[in-house]
Amino acid sequence: MQMDWVFGLAGGLLIGLGGAVFLLANGKIMGASGIIGGLVDGSSRKNWQEPAAFLAGVVLLPILIFPLFSNVDTHITTNWAVLISAGLLVGVGTRIANGCTSGHGVCGMSRLAPRGFVATIAYIVAGGVGMYVFRHILGII
Amino acid sequence: MRALFAFVAGGLFGAGLFISGMTDTAKVQGWLDVFGTWDPTLAFVMGGAMIPMAIAWTLRQRRDTPVLGGTFPPPAPREIDRKLIAGSVMFGAGWGLAGLCPGPSLASLSYGGVGHWVFFAAMLAGMAIAPRLSLRLDRFVRAT
Repeated sequence: MQMDWVFGLAGGLLIGLGGAVFLLANGKIMGASGIIGGLVDGSSRKNWQEPAAFLAGVVLLPILIFPLFSNVDTHITTNWAVLISAGLLVGVGTRIANGCTSGHGVCGMSRLAPRGFVATIAYIVAGGVGMYVFRHILGII
Repeated sequence: MRALFAFVAGGLFGAGLFISGMTDTAKVQGWLDVFGTWDPTLAFVMGGAMIPMAIAWTLRQRRDTPVLGGTFPPPAPREIDRKLIAGSVMFGAGWGLAGLCPGPSLASLSYGGVGHWVFFAAMLAGMAIAPRLSLRLDRFVRAT
């Protein structure tokens, strides 16, 4: 759709605003994998209220604005083997690399962190190569 | 108070992910599909998100402590290690396979349907075993 970039830019600004609030008010870097992973492996279990409240906001706000949009389709695959392998790769990979699109991408690159740029290039190249192999060679997605 | 601001930050993040279209796996896969029908939306999302965030890092320089107290994150580490690359490559492969990364996987749980829960559960399992794999990787790197 031609208007997609407008929604992309507007949504991006909101994402950045969320990161700005989390940094300036709470003093934390808004990295989704770190916030989720810290609760999963117990490293943030002592002060669990802050990450838990953040995650609650991420889940709940889309419910509130969902009725404003029509035809929301996430086009997710129905192939469970693909979903499970992808989920495992994302879970393990983001924790080993200590960040994902929000932490390394949005928060890291905006403060010119070398690790943010290296990670972002690595996961975009891997995703692009993966897409070529999975879709155009193997035809599984 | 800390939880309230964390909730607001999470809410902005979730709303932004929803509005930007990043919970639509076809848009993410479209961005990665350079040899198919390429979709540039993700670049606008990333660019848009970097603007307030870059301003926030500048404002951070003028303060000693965050508004709610505590400490700011330490300066960004400069070390590029194999774990950063290996982990990011694994993440990228999974990101391309399903078209989901951790933030959008959470934001889409309420409306995406069962597939999103399957991915989310697998991601949590991956995050749970990651510390052990990470230790093994450390030993492997030291041995080579």
